[in-house]
Amino acid sequence: MKIKKTINLIAAAAIITLASFTEGGYKVGDKAADFKLKNTIDNKMVSMADYKDAKGIIVVFTCNHCPFAVKYESRIMNLDKKFKAKGFPVIAISPNDPTIVSDDSPENMAKLAKDKKYSFPYLFDETQETAKTYGATKTPHVYILLKEKSDYIVKYIGAIDDNADDEKVVKEKYVENAIENILAGKPVTPETTKAIGCGIKWKKV
Amino acid sequence: MYIYSPMKVLKYSPFYLLLLSFNFTTKPVPKVNYEQLESICRKNNDTLYIVNYWATWCKPCVGEMPCFFDAAKKFKAQKVKVVFVSLNALKESALVEKFITNKKIEQDVFLLNAGNPNVWIDKVDPVWGGSIPATVMYKQKEKLFFKEGEFTQAELDSIINLKLK
Repeated sequence: MKIKKTINLIAAAAIITLASFTEGGYKVGDKAADFKLKNTIDNKMVSMADYKDAKGIIVVFTCNHCPFAVKYESRIMNLDKKFKAKGFPVIAISPNDPTIVSDDSPENMAKLAKDKKYSFPYLFDETQETAKTYGATKTPHVYILLKEKSDYIVKYIGAIDDNADDEKVVKEKYVENAIENILAGKPVTPETTKAIGCGIKWKKV
Repeated sequence: MYIYSPMKVLKYSPFYLLLLSFNFTTKPVPKVNYEQLESICRKNNDTLYIVNYWATWCKPCVGEMPCFFDAAKKFKAQKVKVVFVSLNALKESALVEKFITNKKIEQDVFLLNAGNPNVWIDKVDPVWGGSIPATVMYKQKEKLFFKEGEFTQAELDSIINLKLK
């Protein structure tokens, strides 16, 4: 009886987990909510609404510690350099709980951003609400949003490109292609992609 | 007759450098593409294949590994086979081999050389968002289970019990 109960519990847990994966977060075409999060670099609050002249935003959930985030760090910096002038600035957000990974504390985030001279804000999603609302599961995880009047429409979700390990042999620059297509008024293909990454370090409840 | 002292041989022999750079107990980790991996763990037999995707740099992956070692021991009498698939970069094979030696991993470990993750992640399971650890189970060529995230021992054991039936 006890075993049966345990199995039932596990089955229930599995269903709940599955549901959170399939239903949670944004899909392409959804309206994305704005956020107000502290920029670890200067302790000022940042919202997408602050970017009055932007055509859209490249929201990157990333962090300090994850080796995939490290591999992509310079590419994220280059995205901002390349696309800010074209109306698509980068906003980087770390949702990781620093009590699980101390490398991802706001102090360490600020230090990394200053050392590397990030040209974009590096926000700390302390409550993890933004990551949850967006449906981010790992780092790095990119959302390209296009501004339509006062709304932010999700146009792309996924990876930066098709090769984390070696930028030189990248064949498909997913994020760059998506923005170029948006700027040219063309449809974004693919509009979602997958990559290996570090799971977001959610607070233990 | 002049006899080389062993120390002298070690000191001057170029082979010494080779000895230093090779650890003979280290098994080379085979590199497999996705189709090869499937042919290894998705077989037409009644063995339950537990395939765990991990990387040496992934703390939760390394943290849950003892659960798999323990389960492999616990279910030794049954047809259960644990296979570890490393998602380390291909150039990190030496790092993976060192890890296998240090942790005394007895199970098969492969280094995945599958190209664009956007293509092969969905082949493992469309539900998989791409974070590791992730674990799949196969029996009789069928996929019986998929999980993105780490296991507790109790959870892993009960899933195995469930899937062995």
